[in-house]
Amino acid sequence: MLDYIKSYLDMNATPGQAGNFFWATVYIFVVFGGVSVAVMAMNWLERKALAHFQIRLGPMRVGPHGLLQPIADALKLLTKEDIIPAQADKFVFWIAPLIILCASFTVYIVIPFGPTHAITDLNIGILFMLGVSSLSVLGVVMAGWASNSHYPLIGALRSSAQMVSYEVAMGLAVVSAVLMTSLNKTGTGTLSMIGIVQAQQAQQTWFLFKFFPLGFIAFVVFAIAMVAETNRAPFDLPEAESELTAGFHTEYSGLRWSLFMLGEYAAMIAVSSIAVTLWLGGWMRPFPHLLAGETWDLVFSLFPGFTFLALAVFCFIGVARMPKHPYFRVQTIGLAGFGIVLGLIGLTLFAPPVRDRVFDIYWFCIKVAGFMYLYIWYRATFPRYRFDQLMKVGWKVLLPIAVGVLILTAIMGVIW
Amino acid sequence: MTDPTTYLSHLELGQPDKTFLDSNELIINMGPQHPATHGVLRVILKLDGEKVLGTECVIGYLHRGVEKIAEHRTYTMFNPYVDRMDYVAAVSNGLGYCEAVEKILNVQAPPRANYIRVILAELNRLASHMLWLGTHALDIGAMTPLFYTFRDREEILKIFEKYCGARLTTHAFRIGGCQYETYEGFEDDVKKFLDFVPPKIDEYEELLTTNRIWVERTKGVGYISGDDCIALGVTGPVLRASGVKWDIRKAQPYAAYSDFDFEIPIGQNGDTYDRYIVRMEEMRQSLRIIRQAIERIPEGPIMAKIPKVIKPPVGEIYHSIEAPKGELGYFIVSDGSTQPYRVRVRPPSFVNLQALDLMVRGQLVADVIAVIGTLDIVLGEVDR
Repeated sequence: MLDYIKSYLDMNATPGQAGNFFWATVYIFVVFGGVSVAVMAMNWLERKALAHFQIRLGPMRVGPHGLLQPIADALKLLTKEDIIPAQADKFVFWIAPLIILCASFTVYIVIPFGPTHAITDLNIGILFMLGVSSLSVLGVVMAGWASNSHYPLIGALRSSAQMVSYEVAMGLAVVSAVLMTSLNKTGTGTLSMIGIVQAQQAQQTWFLFKFFPLGFIAFVVFAIAMVAETNRAPFDLPEAESELTAGFHTEYSGLRWSLFMLGEYAAMIAVSSIAVTLWLGGWMRPFPHLLAGETWDLVFSLFPGFTFLALAVFCFIGVARMPKHPYFRVQTIGLAGFGIVLGLIGLTLFAPPVRDRVFDIYWFCIKVAGFMYLYIWYRATFPRYRFDQLMKVGWKVLLPIAVGVLILTAIMGVIW
Repeated sequence: MTDPTTYLSHLELGQPDKTFLDSNELIINMGPQHPATHGVLRVILKLDGEKVLGTECVIGYLHRGVEKIAEHRTYTMFNPYVDRMDYVAAVSNGLGYCEAVEKILNVQAPPRANYIRVILAELNRLASHMLWLGTHALDIGAMTPLFYTFRDREEILKIFEKYCGARLTTHAFRIGGCQYETYEGFEDDVKKFLDFVPPKIDEYEELLTTNRIWVERTKGVGYISGDDCIALGVTGPVLRASGVKWDIRKAQPYAAYSDFDFEIPIGQNGDTYDRYIVRMEEMRQSLRIIRQAIERIPEGPIMAKIPKVIKPPVGEIYHSIEAPKGELGYFIVSDGSTQPYRVRVRPPSFVNLQALDLMVRGQLVADVIAVIGTLDIVLGEVDR
């Protein structure tokens, strides 16, 4: 048994490929746990960053700087009364959030956090991701229909129309990136998520800069479409608060509502991961070829540790700035404790065996986090599109651009 | 619940559907509890998909019988009640009422009082427009301007608070002038505010004016022509954005407005974007008026000689002022006693709200929100 567990550690493949069920299960728990924690962190970060955009403080009461707010919210939602409207279709109403949740969590199976750090590597990885993530439309339509109410119905119709139409532009942008993977000696491309990153490694460039500006345009098309796909501002019409109160989940409350939110945020992270994998070099560190060599490898591998140390330092600055008042004593101690934990994690990350293993995960997560920040930034800056304008942008602007980029990429590929 | 079809009889609705899913037409009930109807306005929408076929406003959820209350109060006692109508522009409400009673008494407020009135009323116009901008932008989906405008509106409210002790329902003026002399440092505070605000207005404009989404959401939305405005009695920025140059501050100057040099911004297209531009420019013009007033404010008494017990002669009077939202008129009938026989208020929000159906018919659901925002209604004033 122990040998079975140990044997995987020497293998250079994902647990799925290696056929190692133990480690596959461990990976599944780690990834899903990690995503759930990331959703909570994102929840806190969004409220905090949005608040600072808007000259507010954001959550400040539960824990130091509101760090425990997501946990308090989760507890509140869990203990809320579970209401199913009397006129609702109970079974459909019940199953809709689960579908959304499953659809947005299943895609994490193929997301490559590193060359070996994925649950498995499907040879149709990107197709699998797009296919499964679009299943969440089903959940949205079911939720809107089952609620048996006007606002959710309109919200669901808007949402499904939007998600379906933006998937077209999104898919075409993805295809142009996939085309770029075939620019090697054999001329065969790949749909595998790990393969796409390895192709970027082999071609010594992120696809963002490939055939400049073609790769960049495809990336921008994808980046816009993915915001629409996840129903976030400025494309958040389905849940346009000022028009439809809360869109398709108006009638939901408590735990079911939180499942929708969990699914939405998980989907945001998932599509950001696709963007990172396809255009931003996945787990690769910046300048893997320009700044190659042992020394640079060492320098870049120290980044994770330094990041955590910097976070720890932020915590300690926060401790120093806390008001010296008995009321804040517990919070101050808590913040200091959090800083110590972060600092210890940072120190652990300096140790060579750990360093080598988390290195690629770190760069992947940092890139995804950049996208998450963009999501918040959009939300703070832009007004909301109207439904017809949204469709216009999708079909008349993004789609032609995506088709054009695809054709040009193909031509460039032939010439190359 | 009342069957919505009874309200919608003029829309030729026919028989109610068995279920709403059988039909192409959908009737939805927006409000009275809805995030974007600015209080308790209830709009019944008849929709074909997203397209609006017709609307019906149901008002009265905030009716407090302000006009009836007036008949049981003396003229002085009724003064604070008017602040509760348009509660975001309480100073203008008070100004209109005080001037109307002064007119029927045939007294003139002293010049210094008039200048103080102008300064506070214009500050209030700024506060009202800031609140309008924040909520209007929030309805269209831009969250951030709301907080910026509330931050800056706070400075105005601080001045009000220092002047008369109240921030929102100020009761700043009395019949015959002002009760309070300006406080120590009033002029400095106002001058500081005048320097503080212009960059902030630029900041709002930076976020919205050239923002593509904002322009697309507002250009050509909620169009109303100048003739329609006049026919419906629509006044204020909505009228001016349709190209009609009508501002009571210029047309029938009251208080001290004839002393000041300012422009009336007008638009051409009569759409939501023009109304936005007109209001933004009005904020700048208000600053201009305040600056002139604070520099030239005369010394002297702040109260005219009025009798202790106000007993106007028998008669009736109509007096209107330019409130931030449009023409605010007071029609007072006096039977010679200490209490008015009848007070009728012509609130701008109530009259402007009539234009909603004309402006949104044939447009989309999202435009209804934009138009409710751009009409700048306050339900306290609509229902009274």
